[in-house]
Amino acid sequence: MVKNIICTVCPMGCHITVEGEGSEIASISGFTCPRGEAYGRQEFAHPVRILTTTVRCEGGEQELLPVRSRQPIPKELLMDCMDVLRKTAVHTPVKRCDMVVENICGCGVDIVASGEA
Amino acid sequence: MYEIKCDVAIIGAGPAGLSAAVAAKKEGAEEVLLIERDTSIGGILQQCIHPGFGLTYFKEELTGPEYAGRFGDEALALGTKVLLDSMVLEVVPEENAVYCVNAAYGMTKVCAKSIVLAMGCRERTRAAIQIPGSRPAGIYTAGAAQRLINRQNAMVGREVVILGSGDIGMIMARRMSLEGAHVKAVVEIMDFLAGLTRNKVQCLDDFGIPLKLAHTITRIVGSQRVEGVYVAAVDEHRKPIPETEEYIPCDTLLLSVGLIPENELTCKAAVKMSCITNGPEVNQYMQTSAPCVFACGNVVHVNDLVDNVTVESMRAGACAARYAKGELDHDSRVVNAVPGNHVRYLCPQYICCGGNEDVKLFFRVLAPDSAVTIIARCGDEVIAAKKVKRVSPGEMEHILVPIQKVTGDVTVEIKKEE
Amino acid sequence: MLKTNVVVIGAGAVGCAVARELSKYQIGVIVVDKNEDIGGDASKSNSAIIHTGYDASPGTLESQLVVAANPMYDQLTRDLDVPFRRIGAILPAITQEQFEKLPAIKEKAFNNRVYDVEYKTGPELLEMEPNLNPEVKGGLYIPRESIIDPFIWVQALAENANENGVAFLLNTRVTGITTENGKVRSVQTTGEEIETDYVINAAALYCDEIAAMVGKADYFVNPRKGQFYILDKNASCQVEHIVLPIPTKLTKGKLMCPTIHGNMLVGPTAEDLEDKTDKDITTEGLESIEADVKRLIPNVNVRETVTQYCGLRPNRNPEGLHFDMWDDLEGFVNLSGVRSTGLTLSPAMGKYVVQQMMNHGLELTFKENFVKNRKGVVRFHEMDRDAQEKLAAENPAYGRVICRCETITEGEILDCIHRPLGARSMDAVKRRVRAGMGRCQGGFCGPKVIELLAREWNMPVEQVRKNNEGSYMVVGRMR
Repeated sequence: MVKNIICTVCPMGCHITVEGEGSEIASISGFTCPRGEAYGRQEFAHPVRILTTTVRCEGGEQELLPVRSRQPIPKELLMDCMDVLRKTAVHTPVKRCDMVVENICGCGVDIVASGEA
Repeated sequence: MYEIKCDVAIIGAGPAGLSAAVAAKKEGAEEVLLIERDTSIGGILQQCIHPGFGLTYFKEELTGPEYAGRFGDEALALGTKVLLDSMVLEVVPEENAVYCVNAAYGMTKVCAKSIVLAMGCRERTRAAIQIPGSRPAGIYTAGAAQRLINRQNAMVGREVVILGSGDIGMIMARRMSLEGAHVKAVVEIMDFLAGLTRNKVQCLDDFGIPLKLAHTITRIVGSQRVEGVYVAAVDEHRKPIPETEEYIPCDTLLLSVGLIPENELTCKAAVKMSCITNGPEVNQYMQTSAPCVFACGNVVHVNDLVDNVTVESMRAGACAARYAKGELDHDSRVVNAVPGNHVRYLCPQYICCGGNEDVKLFFRVLAPDSAVTIIARCGDEVIAAKKVKRVSPGEMEHILVPIQKVTGDVTVEIKKEE
Repeated sequence: MLKTNVVVIGAGAVGCAVARELSKYQIGVIVVDKNEDIGGDASKSNSAIIHTGYDASPGTLESQLVVAANPMYDQLTRDLDVPFRRIGAILPAITQEQFEKLPAIKEKAFNNRVYDVEYKTGPELLEMEPNLNPEVKGGLYIPRESIIDPFIWVQALAENANENGVAFLLNTRVTGITTENGKVRSVQTTGEEIETDYVINAAALYCDEIAAMVGKADYFVNPRKGQFYILDKNASCQVEHIVLPIPTKLTKGKLMCPTIHGNMLVGPTAEDLEDKTDKDITTEGLESIEADVKRLIPNVNVRETVTQYCGLRPNRNPEGLHFDMWDDLEGFVNLSGVRSTGLTLSPAMGKYVVQQMMNHGLELTFKENFVKNRKGVVRFHEMDRDAQEKLAAENPAYGRVICRCETITEGEILDCIHRPLGARSMDAVKRRVRAGMGRCQGGFCGPKVIELLAREWNMPVEQVRKNNEGSYMVVGRMR
């Protein structure tokens, strides 16, 4: 299988071509920096994304608290995580980096506050 | 009238204002005051909950609130004062004064030795680009929709078409998709992407949202709420080709069709403006034609990355602090920075030759290109050059010009490599 | 079943002026309108000019009412606190052919008893209006042509009528009129039925449909679309007068003038339609405005537009302003052919209608406690700094600016929501206090106004509308 990947590490947007099967990579080309190569490999074998959204916030003026995944999470779990977060509520006071959902959807990544309330 | 005295007054506590405050404090300004119309600091970054900020400045990927939070915390820790919920009505350079109105103090006069304009920008509207059709509810600029969704807890619609491939538009395509809306298309009149490639990959491709380049919306349909839009391909003059017209039913149209520096106050203060950037003209100190008035961030020219805003605003804040202390050179010879081939504008527009720091000229190119050399020259003498793999109008470029070599007007141009 | 003496159908300028005139007397009046707000159709989308009647057809009812109405505005706009300015109009002749038409136009003005129209030479006109086409050969000056805030005019008439006892049923469509023995008995609506002695049909674009309900539609109304540009207050090319083209046989043409709030208004087109709901802005329409107005003002830059809008003039076929009462249909008053001069002639029409009704046997007694004055919403941005300071100190809501482009405070928005016939929608707020009228077109203040409307009317945010039923702003809460 050949995947054409546009690198998003920096604004350069290099076109990386990866050939392989499953998570086995036979060849990779088109990157122009080591971070780009790593991105290409990751994106081919197991794409991940940082998830950001909001959760309900009780006890303060603002009704929403912005949250993020501390690290990138598997792309295919984005919508499942959204379902969890839509039902999640926090109570003030909240500081940046406070835990909101630990190990969301069992993927090993935490959802934390990215704003304050 | 309630009166506040300070050394540096900064209008706007968004990314530009916060960075300027931090730098002004570090440069030794005693009293630094941020004047902010919102009820909290952070500006537009408060609603930019997505990641992608700080990659060049902090070398890590932050969300908008996180990025703003870092500078906000630092500014406050350094002793910056903040006047929230305060709308500035007038800047009067001759009086070194800023008049604002505030729910707590009423009319307030801020007397400052120097003033930093950091009001940011606003979005172009449906009316500005004259989209034909009816005028129903459900047409939002992407930023207004972002505010409603991310700060006001209100979902704007379910079936969405987005006009313009600017970053905010693409970010909102992902945001609405994550919230269960169906984004049917992103329509871009140019034949290239207006925003960052990264955003196309992560916001459109990830969600299977079609990007229609060289297309535009020819008519909005709907008597009360938007019911749909007609979309057509455009020819090389960007005129719609009627036979390509198709109807896309939707209840919401988001517009991401450009940002305009917000300079009502600047114009009223009779500061000299650039008709290309729609912002004040500045020198490398980010100083405007009114010597006590400095400007930074999107109020000067619309940036692609907040990281660039931070760097530029720190310069503005530091120079404003130096000006307040009477330490800023402003007697030296001034030359122009002139856009050459393929360059739309340069910022700063002026260079004071007396300084001893090299000058970073920011600019935007007119069209995408690859394998080019950016050249800065005085007359025929090349004083700086750098090779870049690609340039794009969507991304800010820059070149560092050695101040010692500046003997006259500096022209920056793009040369295709042979 | 509601009971009243007079039902006025249509809460536009004419309907509200008639209602206000009636409110001076001891008589029950209900105004019914299908829209959610007063002044929701033709009265909101026009050129906002108070005409003199210089170009009316002499001897017609329209000429009589327009000419009578113009002088009424100085006092009325003071009493009712409506922004109004006598800026005057000029009618420049660019071509020789146009120049030769000037005496005939002046004669027509004279025949309409508009005696103060003056001839001006080309240099005189260029001095008055430096952005005029320098080829101008000469022209006419019509000093009493004036500009007004048409929204506030209608609101002021309605609010004052309301204060003097007139009831308004908005969001209410008339579905039928019952007559009995050649006499009006009641009006059926989408709300309650109203028993009444009189019905005044001031339904403008829909007045043919109302007249048909009582079998009196011997005419029909087709919409004549007029598209306009509004230019930024900072537009590079501005005018200080109403600059009118010399009319041709086909059209009165497209003009350029300042609005009362300092924008430039350019237009309108005149496009005959059949569909009474077609309010589309079209590229062809806008291009024709630019092309035509450039002949008068060559440097006009329509790129500096903040918005475009379109209005539908109720064009009567056959033409002409008509006032009708019939012997075989007692209590029915029909107004038809109220077109672009409707805004101007509204106060005269109010007097005319009431007098005609009295001539037809209606007996009226004045109210001893009639209140003639109405105080509008304060205009923070027009005040000097001291007045602003005082206002913000008295009420902190005036210290909070919601609309940045037009500098509109929360205090003004709250006032316009809570006064009689208060604003319930985004457009109603915009028309009352101009929040969202500026160059960002509500991009900044829109979300805040949504929140204020939801809070003040205590309704869920998804019930906040742009204007009429179905024009919801958002679909619901996220979390």
